[in-house]
Amino acid sequence: MAPPTRAGDYPFAPVDRVNAELFTLTYGAIVRQLLTDFEEVEEVNKQLDTMGYNIGVRLIDDFLAKSNITRCSEFKDTAEVIAKVGFKMFLGVSATVSNWSADGSECSLILDDNPLADFVELPDTCQGLFYCNILCGVIRGALEMVSMRTEVKFVKDMLRGDDAFEIRLKLLEQVAEEYPYKDDE
Amino acid sequence: MIGVGRSKQNLNVVDRPLGKGKTEVLLSAFAFLFSELVQYNQTRVDNIAELERRLEDAGYAVGIRMLELLCHREKGNRRETRLLNILSFVHSTVWKSLFGKVADSLEKGTEHEDEYMISEKELLVNRYISVPKDMGAFNCGAFVAGVVKGVLDGAGFPARVTAHFVAVEGQPRPRTTILIKFSEEVLQREARLG
Repeated sequence: MAPPTRAGDYPFAPVDRVNAELFTLTYGAIVRQLLTDFEEVEEVNKQLDTMGYNIGVRLIDDFLAKSNITRCSEFKDTAEVIAKVGFKMFLGVSATVSNWSADGSECSLILDDNPLADFVELPDTCQGLFYCNILCGVIRGALEMVSMRTEVKFVKDMLRGDDAFEIRLKLLEQVAEEYPYKDDE
Repeated sequence: MIGVGRSKQNLNVVDRPLGKGKTEVLLSAFAFLFSELVQYNQTRVDNIAELERRLEDAGYAVGIRMLELLCHREKGNRRETRLLNILSFVHSTVWKSLFGKVADSLEKGTEHEDEYMISEKELLVNRYISVPKDMGAFNCGAFVAGVVKGVLDGAGFPARVTAHFVAVEGQPRPRTTILIKFSEEVLQREARLG
């Protein structure tokens, strides 16, 4: 993993950072609470996605404010920005984009290292759990606030024995921006 | 058996290297996560006391694990056995590793022998939280109180730990105090050890 560069990089220079272990352990506490509250692993996955969505709709403002990114002209740029700037800024790890579909509307984000899943091992009773599903919700929520409806899900999960974390990002549609007032009134 | 059937790259979780604990994530990432934790728990409870208890339980789990991690990494697998030493461990080592600075102060309670207080001008977890008036004295520092409780319990010092707001003259925002009340057996043990 490349060490975070601090000199001159907008996303890192003047902001506050917190110990990644506190973050990891807090996330673990959240997942544990969800597992005790809900009996079904599928329910927990959905709940994590919802929580991620709530975070994402607010995170996008923070991201745009701190990163000074210019508007993306197409979905390819969006995916690159999420992988290189977004993940790097918030989680301190960089993702790579790959496996583009033929029409450019689907791609994979590959994470080799994920601070959310440090120290974690899934027991046999929770094999259907997507432990980091909150990330999918965050991406979905954030993109929805910038007028892109997407479908985001995990296809490879290191906690389930795969060699990396892979998130499949699919653009469903670009929603035209709705103005809250009519021009002719 | 866990570990059988996985590829060679995936070591058993207890065999993987621990890391130095110096990696950091953005504060807002943690703040968002914590706010979701509080919001989720708000939907599952009926009153403030239960909300505080659930936050405390979440913090307890963090505390136990932090104790193991820090004892292994910083203290060379030695754990404190005396009261004042464990309090100073919480006040400096745990605080430094979780929040990047030592706690503002550690005081002994004047009214009772078994009470100690760790104070902080502004808890990191409370920085972006505003409590509405109808929630009274609710303090999200209950999470941090849970962390402290987890560390103390794990170290063999059972205690009741709570978080309170204490108004300070001249400051617009109140200070947060974590009140630690040790159980009887801890004090008896301390007295025996001399």
